[in-house]
Amino acid sequence: MLAHDSILVSMAVVLFGIVAVPVAMRTGRRGLLPYAFAAVYTNFFLVSVAAFAMVYALVTHDFSVSYVAQVGGRSTPLLFTVISLWGALEGSILFWAWVLSMYAAAVVWINSRRPGNLVPYAAATLLFVSFFFAILLVGPADPFGVVSPVPPDGPGPNPLLQNHILMAIHPPLLYLGYVGMSVPFAFAVGAMLSGEVETDDWMRITRRWTLSAWALLSAAIIAGMWWSYEVLGWGGYWAWDPVENASFLPWLTATAFLHSAMVQERRGMLRLWNLNLVVGTFLLTILGTFLTRSGIVSSVHAFTTGTIGYYFLAFIAIVMLASLALVAGNSERLRSTGRFDSAASRETVFLLNNLFLTAFMFTVLTGTLFPLVAEAIKGVKVSVGEPFFNRMSLPIVVTLLFLMGVGPALPWKAASKAELKAKLVPPAAGAGLMLVIALVAGARNVYALLAFAFAGYAAFANLREYWIGMRARRTAHGEGWGTALVRLVGGNRHRYGGYTAHLGVILVALGIAASSTFRTEYEATIKPGETISLSGHTLRLKSMWGREEPQRSVVGATLEVMDGSVVKGTMEPRMNFYPMSQAPVPTPAVRSRLLGDLYVNLQAFRPDGSNATIRVIYEPLVPWIWFGGGVVVFGALIAIFPTGRRTDA
Amino acid sequence: MTESKSKRRPWVIAGVAAVVAVFGWLLYGGLDKNVVFFLTPQELLAKGTAGYDVPVRLGGQVKPGTVKWDDKTLRLTFEVTDGKSDVAVQSSGAPPQMFRDGMGVVVEGRFGRDRVFNSTGLMVKHSNEYHPPKPGEKPQEMYKTLIKGSGS
Repeated sequence: MLAHDSILVSMAVVLFGIVAVPVAMRTGRRGLLPYAFAAVYTNFFLVSVAAFAMVYALVTHDFSVSYVAQVGGRSTPLLFTVISLWGALEGSILFWAWVLSMYAAAVVWINSRRPGNLVPYAAATLLFVSFFFAILLVGPADPFGVVSPVPPDGPGPNPLLQNHILMAIHPPLLYLGYVGMSVPFAFAVGAMLSGEVETDDWMRITRRWTLSAWALLSAAIIAGMWWSYEVLGWGGYWAWDPVENASFLPWLTATAFLHSAMVQERRGMLRLWNLNLVVGTFLLTILGTFLTRSGIVSSVHAFTTGTIGYYFLAFIAIVMLASLALVAGNSERLRSTGRFDSAASRETVFLLNNLFLTAFMFTVLTGTLFPLVAEAIKGVKVSVGEPFFNRMSLPIVVTLLFLMGVGPALPWKAASKAELKAKLVPPAAGAGLMLVIALVAGARNVYALLAFAFAGYAAFANLREYWIGMRARRTAHGEGWGTALVRLVGGNRHRYGGYTAHLGVILVALGIAASSTFRTEYEATIKPGETISLSGHTLRLKSMWGREEPQRSVVGATLEVMDGSVVKGTMEPRMNFYPMSQAPVPTPAVRSRLLGDLYVNLQAFRPDGSNATIRVIYEPLVPWIWFGGGVVVFGALIAIFPTGRRTDA
Repeated sequence: MTESKSKRRPWVIAGVAAVVAVFGWLLYGGLDKNVVFFLTPQELLAKGTAGYDVPVRLGGQVKPGTVKWDDKTLRLTFEVTDGKSDVAVQSSGAPPQMFRDGMGVVVEGRFGRDRVFNSTGLMVKHSNEYHPPKPGEKPQEMYKTLIKGSGS
C-alpha cells in the first residue's frame, strides 16, 4: 500500500507545482520557483517508489496486489516477470508515468538555471501531464488493488509477450519515445504561456530531446516489426494493425517537425506550423496510448475494456482546446520573419515533405479511427482493410522517397538553373540502376518500380553529398578519405546525421519493397526424412520432438538446410504451448543472409510425430529493414551527440 | 511585402482548400471500397445474396467437433457459430493447431455462392486479459503424446 499512497502523495505535490508556477509569475515571487522545481524531483521520487514497489511485488510473487494477480505467475522466468510491468494496461500506465516523471526531472535538472519564464512553465506543463497519469493510476488503471483471498499463483503474462526477447525491448523503447515527445510539447506550451515564443529558444532547448525521442520511437517501430516477424509466424512484419498505426502516427508528425524545424531555424518561417506539429505529435502519443491500451479498436494485440477511454478522451479534448487557445493568443508573435524566395529551394522541398508526411498521418489516422466512427454513428462493426492503407500510402511513400533525394541536393533560398541541373541530374543514374535491377529481378508493379527507382535516386543523392564534402576536404586540407569523412561529419553533425538517417530509411524502403514484391512461399506436409524445396532452398525434416519447460511445453521440428547432400545448417521452428493460453504461440525459425531470409514455420503436426506441415517463405532483403532501422538510429545519434568545437546549425 | 502577401492570401487559401478537398475525396473513395464489415454468422446469412463475394470479417466461435484438417491437401475446414447460425469455413494455409473447439476466431474472406466461407486470413482472438482454460478444455492433450513418444 506504500505504492498506492506514494501516488496519492505525488498528486498533491504535483498539484502544488502546477499552481506554484503561475502564482510565482503573477505575483513576482520568483522565490517560489525552486519549490515548483522541487515538486518535479519529488514527483520523480514518489512515482519511482511506486514503480519499484510494483517490480518488487512482481518478483516476489505478491499475488495480493491486483496487477500481480493479473499478470504474474510462479513459473514465469525472472526476466519476463520484470518486464510484465508493461505487459498489461495498469502496469504500462504506471511505466508511462514513471518515464514521464524521469524526463521531467532531467529536463528541470539541466535547464533550471536558465533565466526567464520558459522553463518553469514547461515544468508546470509536464506536471500537468503527470497529474493526468496519476489520476489514471488511482482511478481506472489502479495496479495496486487488494486481492482477497490471495490466490496461490497467477496466470503469467500474455504468452505472446513472453515468447520473445524483443518484447523486453520494444515496449520500453516505444514508451521512451512516446513520453519523450512530451518534452518538446511542454516547452512549446511553456513558450506560448511565457510569451517567449519569438525567441525560438523552446526549439533550441528541446532539439536533442526531440531527436532522442524520435530515435527511440523509430527504434521502437522497427523492433515492433521485428517482433511481429519473429513471433506471429505469418512471415510479415506490418499489417496496418491499429496498434502498429498508433506507434507510426506520432512518428510521422515528429519526422515532419524535424524537417520543418530547420526551416524555422534557418529562415524564420513555419513558426505556427511547427507549434501545431509539436502539439499534434504529443496528442498522437496520447491517442496511441489510448488506442493500444483501452482496447477500443479491436486488434490482434489488445482487448481491454473499461471506463479509461473517457479519461483519455477528456484529456485529449482539454489539451487540444487549450493548445488551440494558446496558439490563437500568440498568433501575433508567430509571424514569419522570412519568406519563400523560390520554388527551387530546400525550404520548398521541406514544405512538400511536411505536406506529404501530414497527409500520410491523416490517411493512417482516418483508416484507424474510421471503425470507431462507423460504430458510433451507424452502429455497424467494420474494419478498414489493408488495401486501403496500401493504396493510399504507396503514392505518398514513393513521393517522399523522391523528395528525400531532391531535398539534400538543393540549396537554401534559391537555386539557379545550372545548379539545379548539376545537382538533380546525376542521381538519375542511381534511379536507372535500381530500375534495371528491379526489372531484371522481375518486378512489374508500377509502385514497386517507382519505389526502387526513387530509392536509388535518393541513395545516390545523399551519398553524393558525402562524396562532394569529402572531395572538397581532400583538396583543401590534403586529408585521406577516412579523415575527411570523420571531419566532414564531425564538423556538421546535424546535417550529416540527417543524411545518414536518410540512408537508413532508404535501406528500410528497399527491404519493404523487395520483400513485398519478390516474396515466395510454399507449404507442404512431409514425413521425417522427406524434403521441401522453395526457390533453390531445400530443407529436410530430420525429426519432430517435444520438450517440457517450467512455464510451457514446446513442440518443434528439426529441419536440415541442404546443399545437395551436404547439411549446411539446421532450423528449428517450434510451437510453444502455454498452460493458460488456448492457442499455441508459433515460433518460426529464421535463417538470415545478406540478400534475404529463409523463414520456416511449423504449421501443424501429427501428435505421434509421423508428419509435419511446414511453411517455407523466402523473404528477400528483410534483414535490410532491421539494419536500416539501426542506421536511422545511428544517424540520429550523430546529430544528437554534442559538438565539441562548433555549434551546429 | 505586406501588400503582396494580402493579395496572395485568397489564392493560397483556395489552393490549400482544393488540395484538402481532393485529398478528402481520395480518402473517402479509398475507404468506401475497402471497408470490411464485421459480421456474425447470423448477420452474414441474413444478408442473403448481398452477402456473397464481398470481403467480410466473420466473428464467432469454432463450433465444437467441426474442425477438420487434411494434411495432404492442406485444407482446413470448420464451422463458425454464434450460437444461432453456423457458417462453414474453408481455409488453406492456416495453422490448424491454433484452433480449439469453442474458441473465439475472426476469419477474413468472402462467402461464396456454394455457401462456404473462403478464408484468406485468420485471427485467433488474443487477449491481454487472461482466461484460464474452461472446464473440459485440455489443450495439452494433443502434444503430450509427442513429448512422451519422443522420449527426450
